[in-house]
Amino acid sequence: MTAFFQSLGMNYEWAWFIATVCGILLIALPLMLAVAMIIYVDRKVWAAINLRRGPNVVGPFGLLQSFADGLKVFLQETIIPSAANKGIFILAPIVTFTVALGAWAVIPFDAGVVLADINVGLLYILAISSLSVYGVVMAGWASNSKYPFFSAMRASAQMISYEVSIGFILICVVLYAGSFNLTEIVVSQKGHGLGIVNGYVFNILLFPMWVMFFISSLAETQRVPFDLTEAESELVAGYQTEYSSMSFALFWLGEYANILLMCSLNTILFFGGWLPPVDWAPLYYVPGIIWFLLKTFFFFFMFSWVMATVPRYRYDQLMRLGWKIFLPISLLFVVLISGWLMFTRYA
Amino acid sequence: MIHTIAFYLFAVLLIASAVLVIMSRNPVHSVLWLILAFFNAAGLMVLVGAEFIAMLLVIVYVGAVAVLFLFVVMMLDIDFAELRAGFVKNFPLGILLAVILLAELVLGFGAYRAGALKLGEADGTAGVIAGRSNIDSIGALLYGEYLFLFEAAGLVLLVAMIGAIVLTHRERTDTRGQNVSKQNKRRAEDATVNVKPEVGKGVTL
Repeated sequence: MTAFFQSLGMNYEWAWFIATVCGILLIALPLMLAVAMIIYVDRKVWAAINLRRGPNVVGPFGLLQSFADGLKVFLQETIIPSAANKGIFILAPIVTFTVALGAWAVIPFDAGVVLADINVGLLYILAISSLSVYGVVMAGWASNSKYPFFSAMRASAQMISYEVSIGFILICVVLYAGSFNLTEIVVSQKGHGLGIVNGYVFNILLFPMWVMFFISSLAETQRVPFDLTEAESELVAGYQTEYSSMSFALFWLGEYANILLMCSLNTILFFGGWLPPVDWAPLYYVPGIIWFLLKTFFFFFMFSWVMATVPRYRYDQLMRLGWKIFLPISLLFVVLISGWLMFTRYA
Repeated sequence: MIHTIAFYLFAVLLIASAVLVIMSRNPVHSVLWLILAFFNAAGLMVLVGAEFIAMLLVIVYVGAVAVLFLFVVMMLDIDFAELRAGFVKNFPLGILLAVILLAELVLGFGAYRAGALKLGEADGTAGVIAGRSNIDSIGALLYGEYLFLFEAAGLVLLVAMIGAIVLTHRERTDTRGQNVSKQNKRRAEDATVNVKPEVGKGVTL
């Protein structure tokens, strides 16, 4: 895109600047639209599994429900509790929202369609997702109220625990791909399963890693069954109890943007990103971004499905799963996979 | 141009937030400024092309260490008046520490300008491996040149970890833990009996 703006007669730096801003807008605005629609899908799937109708009043099939909700929270009054630490209280939702958008910079939507094609893409995602805990912790502390604080403590313990096993799972993928660059990871999955199917999930050593990654991504985004931070029976609404209006909406948008990010990471790391599922030439005529979006949507459907069917974990069960089951298994698989590659690929 | 603007932005923010770490009255604010300082330092490292170190800085310090800091500080009930009371008494010590740190900085810069500091081989003859990414060259160095030191450092950390666990671990006998596999094995048939008592007789359990 930089070359296009240069052809309009700008010097390189201005062209780069404007191209980057355009790229950011081209990712962020459709992402916000996608978040609005995905909230609608979430509610519809949830309703269908519960044999209800779900949102069906605003717009055709209730499609505009999310926008109506957005307008409602936008028109509400922003309430800041008098005992709250004002600056941090306002900053917390902004941090959550910014961090949720920031990670999308390195996501490749199609071959070459990526804002920042950096060598350390996967590490960047790890770094950014480790930042997302601050929004929650700051919100919980600044609210100066006991339930948000409990929720913040739970959230940070949960996210740090699951980040460890996510890190090991990513190492397994990186060992196979030989790169931290997300584009190269996707390309290396072409014809991975016997030269027929695209995706690391069809590898017998990596399939258990995908299962663990999917469960960990549920925990990382605090979705059911790991939504202990928002357990309404125990903590009112968790860290966002004291929030209203736009600051609440920012938490909401950030949460769903994070969920979409995790869905797309599942797609990129294990299901071959923008590649079609089967390595068969006619399927490559479908644009890569369509495959990418279809796969991401499939994972979002799985997230909703889990949300509608699974009861919430207890806190000690959550910690046990993270530290006593996922961590040893992922560590074992790092050893297994590196050993396997040592004897086959690098022998 | 953009490079220069970015450098000054990161540098100014880094220094400002580092100053605010020690100036702010609320310790939680201090930790948050510290996080901003880490973040800007990572930005500076990206600018000099050390993207791997930059990401590690964010993942390790911001993602793990600073969260622990933040929690400790949030939980502590700090008496500010008492903290400030010792300021005059500890002032000479503080000055001494500052002088030592300054001397070390001068020494470091002097050594750097004298050309003694080179990454690469143990005798400092070769620079960074050209034409390879950060991760490649760090990996090649750690697992090739410095394999023994790297593994030894890992062992030292392992020993330290085991030591910390042994020192703080205490066996508690007054709690009743749960056996998860036993719980999972339990079925409805093991726990319930279906009886059909005659009218007026009741059941014996």
